[in-house]
Amino acid sequence: MHLEKKKSLKALAIAATIPFVLTACASGSTETSSSSDSDSGDSGSTSSDTAQIEVFSWWTGGGEEAGLNALVEVFNAEYPNIKFENGAVAGGAGTNARAVLATRLEANDPPASFQGHAGLELLDYITAGQIEDLSFLYDEMGWSDVMPQELLDLITVDGGIYSVPVNIHRANVMWANPSVLEEYNLDMPATWDEFFAAAEVLQAGGVIPLALGEQWTQLHLFETVMLGELGTDTYNGLWDGSTDWASADVTSALETFNRIYDYTNSDAASLAWQDASQLVISGDAAFNIMGDWAEGYFRVDNELVEQEGYTWAPSPGTGGTFQFLSDSFTLPVGAPDRDSTIAWLKVAGSAEGQDAFNVQKGSIPARNDADQSIYPPYLQEAMDDWSSNAGAPSLTHGTAASNGWKAEIETALGLFLGTRDVAAFQDALATAAAAQ
Amino acid sequence: MKSLQRHWLSIALLSPSLILLGVFVYGFIGLNINISLTDEVGLNNNDANFIGLENYIKLLDDPRFHIDIWNTIVFSFSFIGITLALGLGLAILIDSKIPAEGFFRSVYLLPMAVSFIVTGVVWRWLMNPATGERTSGLNLLFDVVGLDFLINQWHLTPTWGMLGIAVPAIWQMSGYTMALFLAGLRGIPEEVKEAARMDGASELGIYRRVILPMLKPVALSAVVILAHISLKVFDLIIAIAGKQIALDVPAIYMWQTTFDAYNFARGATLATYILISVAIFVIPYLIVTNRKEKV
Repeated sequence: MHLEKKKSLKALAIAATIPFVLTACASGSTETSSSSDSDSGDSGSTSSDTAQIEVFSWWTGGGEEAGLNALVEVFNAEYPNIKFENGAVAGGAGTNARAVLATRLEANDPPASFQGHAGLELLDYITAGQIEDLSFLYDEMGWSDVMPQELLDLITVDGGIYSVPVNIHRANVMWANPSVLEEYNLDMPATWDEFFAAAEVLQAGGVIPLALGEQWTQLHLFETVMLGELGTDTYNGLWDGSTDWASADVTSALETFNRIYDYTNSDAASLAWQDASQLVISGDAAFNIMGDWAEGYFRVDNELVEQEGYTWAPSPGTGGTFQFLSDSFTLPVGAPDRDSTIAWLKVAGSAEGQDAFNVQKGSIPARNDADQSIYPPYLQEAMDDWSSNAGAPSLTHGTAASNGWKAEIETALGLFLGTRDVAAFQDALATAAAAQ
Repeated sequence: MKSLQRHWLSIALLSPSLILLGVFVYGFIGLNINISLTDEVGLNNNDANFIGLENYIKLLDDPRFHIDIWNTIVFSFSFIGITLALGLGLAILIDSKIPAEGFFRSVYLLPMAVSFIVTGVVWRWLMNPATGERTSGLNLLFDVVGLDFLINQWHLTPTWGMLGIAVPAIWQMSGYTMALFLAGLRGIPEEVKEAARMDGASELGIYRRVILPMLKPVALSAVVILAHISLKVFDLIIAIAGKQIALDVPAIYMWQTTFDAYNFARGATLATYILISVAIFVIPYLIVTNRKEKV
């Protein structure tokens, strides 16, 4: 009897330890990136003749990775003595990467350079004195002359420019299925009122008027609706304090936003942005609003032909405005080898580097002297718009507001989705803005 | 003299783990509480001020935190309750000398070998809430076999969405709970049951008055293990639903506010609340076990 009891206790003990062993295995796999970081640091200091840079990003798949590789190729050709090490951390929009990065910056162990959205997303690093002002590089390389003044204005913080933008994406694009439009005899809506009229027709025919995805894509929709309803100047004023978040204009824009939810798919919260695009491709939905990275998804991943399988226009009410976001690279204070990082930034800001990167990534160069002929039709059109349109910063993608402010707006939006209470939503938005 | 030597030896052998625990568990708990009492926001932490319990009070007024508490309660009660019941039921069935016992035991235990992330991704497909022609997953199955009344919005059901998240968690952990109960059942000596039978107890009576009371310690360990899993649930929700406020829990709020918004003070406050809620389950358990060991 004694023996039996012991046996059963052992079984119990083994059973009880299994989950901890399993979780330990799971967490072990995420450590690999940081351990390889420290290896690189060691080898960098021992061999002095070949320098090494570790560039930190969240580009680990698809066109993003291909773009980064193309940029590295240009870099290797120009600086054969500097070894490039890819310090990418997987995870959409960099949420995982940012957590790892914050830890390393805190420990004074910065990578040679890290990716960040140009604009106020970098504000935390700037106020903490963790990245250098790169104005000297803009002067030296003459970038101020080849990058649009509007872009430079929006990414200048306290008189300094703290990163080198490699690309521009457009946020305010409405995508549509041309055969659905033809079937119901509809045009791309130029205003939200036109959209509502079209939506009634589509809904009566059993088509989802606007395909929507998980919460961040709804924040993306929110910013394009605000831009479309408020107009460019008033929208831009939301971020610099000249527009009152509690004003009647904002109320009516929020009411429009609220009304859109009557014309969306009920399973939005369980769809990624690609799933929402897929609804448009299959004809289950007519429209979708997403940044222009969706163009690559239509053209490359789904092998569709523009104007046949998909079409696009600026999102309702935003014609003539280019709501943008930009990926950029930084120079951390205390970078292991400052000169090598500057070499990397010079390539990232060069016309050659930007063309190599953007053709692969499916975005347009931040410079306005790129070679248009090598880009597909959508991007050529985007380049024309970029040089002629008014500019507005994207909230969802880090240009318009600091991380803290953006998180408060995200929370307010999430609460609104549960209650659909416009007044409470506006209160929360105004409170968040007042705290900045 | 000899016993004194042994005394020092045991302290010397224990000290490495004591020091590591002291620094990396209790030291960091202290550091975390310390941050939660300041207004530290942003990466520049030199200008943080001590503000006492203000963060804790502010959070009690935060509508998002209210949703977190509600979701945690819904998830914990449904997950722990149903997992315990299923685990016990399976263990009793397997213990009743069925053929191919080893096979069934492995089958029920197998879901545990999968990580919550994998479970989440698969159940995200199974619990697809789309309606009409795009119906898929379990809802499609219900439709095909004529159980239309079971078709539901799963985790996107307003207010009660966490019940949908609990389904895969129950699927994953009930086999493990079964293993715990099975070990407990096997530990009950046959003589005790036989004695009860001799005294004229029915099979049901034996379960009610002999076996279940003797399983109490196992049930207690199971509750503690399941409770700490449910209070810290994070990866499962992220895999199924991403980050959305309707299915928010304190762990997700903590992650977002700390690493997306760099609001370290609020993140540390949330972490302390999570610690307190886990402690409410674990500390009584430790006290009970301690007392028993002394006897």
